[in-house]
Amino acid sequence: MTQPLLQVRNLTKHFHTPSGTVHAVEDVSFDIQRGSITGVVGESGSGKTTLGRALLRLIEPSAGSVHFDGTDITALPSARMRDMRQRMQIIFQDPMSSLNPRLKVGDLIAEGLRAYGIGTRSQRRDRVAALLEEVGLSADHMDRYPHAFSGGQRQRIGIARALALEPEFIVADESVSALDVSIQAQVLNLLLDLRERRNLTMLFIAHDLSVVNYLCDQVAVMYLGRLMEFGPSEAIHRDPAHPYTRALNSAIPQPDPRAARNRQPLRGDIPSPLSPPSGCVFRTRCDHAIPACAETVPPACPVGPEHDSYCIRTEDLNAHHIAGHHS
Amino acid sequence: MAGSSTTAAPGFRKLMFQRPSVAVALAVFVAVVAACFLVPALGLAEPGGMSVRNRLTPPGGEYPLGADAFGRDVLGRLMVSGQTSLGIGLGVAVLSSVVGIAIGLIAGFFRRADAALSRLIDAMMAFPDILLALSLVAIFGGTMLNVILALSIVYAPRIARIVRASTLVIRELPYVEAARALGTRTPTIMVTHVLRNILSPIMVQATFIFAYAMLAEAGLSFLGVGVDPRTPTWGIMVNEGRQYIDTAFFLILFPGIAIALSVLSLQIVGDGLRDALDPKLAKES
Repeated sequence: MTQPLLQVRNLTKHFHTPSGTVHAVEDVSFDIQRGSITGVVGESGSGKTTLGRALLRLIEPSAGSVHFDGTDITALPSARMRDMRQRMQIIFQDPMSSLNPRLKVGDLIAEGLRAYGIGTRSQRRDRVAALLEEVGLSADHMDRYPHAFSGGQRQRIGIARALALEPEFIVADESVSALDVSIQAQVLNLLLDLRERRNLTMLFIAHDLSVVNYLCDQVAVMYLGRLMEFGPSEAIHRDPAHPYTRALNSAIPQPDPRAARNRQPLRGDIPSPLSPPSGCVFRTRCDHAIPACAETVPPACPVGPEHDSYCIRTEDLNAHHIAGHHS
Repeated sequence: MAGSSTTAAPGFRKLMFQRPSVAVALAVFVAVVAACFLVPALGLAEPGGMSVRNRLTPPGGEYPLGADAFGRDVLGRLMVSGQTSLGIGLGVAVLSSVVGIAIGLIAGFFRRADAALSRLIDAMMAFPDILLALSLVAIFGGTMLNVILALSIVYAPRIARIVRASTLVIRELPYVEAARALGTRTPTIMVTHVLRNILSPIMVQATFIFAYAMLAEAGLSFLGVGVDPRTPTWGIMVNEGRQYIDTAFFLILFPGIAIALSVLSLQIVGDGLRDALDPKLAKES
């Protein structure tokens, strides 16, 4: 296997606030292969957005490392990190607040090119025109302001801006969740299309497993800052190993109302990240929790090829799960 | 937040002039400026000529607003003095904005500088405006430039505070994070992303400072610590007329009216600007 584009090791981010330390991301490790799309799912407050920011060093990780194409970017001095930014970009959740309302679309998209002094003014204009066409807008949109566009169009502008520097890696932070469902599909297809054409590697953050199933090659399931399960999208969807992933899966709306369902709704709320539960952070809402769950943080437990579940009861739970299916 | 910051909305004129007083005030202010700068330039006023025979002539006839103790035409002198008074107001509005923007942006962006700068701003705002200006001019001497500098030092903290507060908000917006991700350097972020989005409240405040500065200049001149009396201002005219208040009240009345008209009209224009550019601010104050 070739070297992964991104190697995340023990990544941790703590925020120090007046009311205590927020454990936003805790000891997260995984690899992302070149050209793949990795989904990150979890409830609000699970740390998935912080994870995306920390991977790009838009916020400084508290501990752990991120190797991008073999370079530990967490150790780079800021000038070299700035050079590295050309290769890694981000698409934001809110297509309005992520576009400066005072700048024309052309200037917004060319911002990265200007920052790195790429091309002359007219070359940049040509480049912007080509980018607008590539994301399904038209070149004469570049002299308008963002407020003249719909949500879906603005998100396309955000995508064009991220693509301008020809990055290899893109973090898409809930990039479709603010859009109408019909527009979501269009933007998702655009992302898939761009991945194909430009051989992009993507980290796709979402709170919706159905979107992730559609788009991603592999999925990271997060809860309260920790990884619960990581594996191929297909396996996570068909045969989730972790109790939390099962609960998430059973919450996906089914198109057929008569389809047999085994709903396992989550009870209660996500605990405060100021004082996460000891041991397994999910144990307070888990139907299968045993006293031992409070004692150790579950290590990765392999359940298939490239597929880990972070649960100490992985083996007996999955035996039970499979047995339940056959009866 | 994002929606309210689109000032290019078609309703600007409507919002600005929703109160008829704003249009009247703007007309008055433009008329004052035109009278002060155009009329003397066209050679229609002769403020310089002294004529002892005509000293303290009441308004009417050859001297529409009367003649002063040296027999100079008050109307003509009003126009020429207005150039200095308005010039000082404009100078202070511009200079205090520039200084305030710089301090505010730095304080808003760099946490460490903020601690020191914010305390400095608080300390300066704790002084009564006129007292601070008075001491500064007394120390540096009364020239037009020094008066502008002193008043700018007095008013810059107001701008700095507004800029700092807005910067703290905008700094956290996703488009600033996007700019960082795109490799944009901090000084560029400060100007293209932050400053461009806070120009409206700065403009509104600068209009008020224009008015305050004219008033303060008049006060300083009246107290005798303003500009050199040989370059007259409205405040100096009031001061000179003070001695003759029993016999020639018009010497104080007309420059007083000039000050009041300019300051009042500017304040009303400022209110109109605020309503049009910054509806949030209007609700707060």
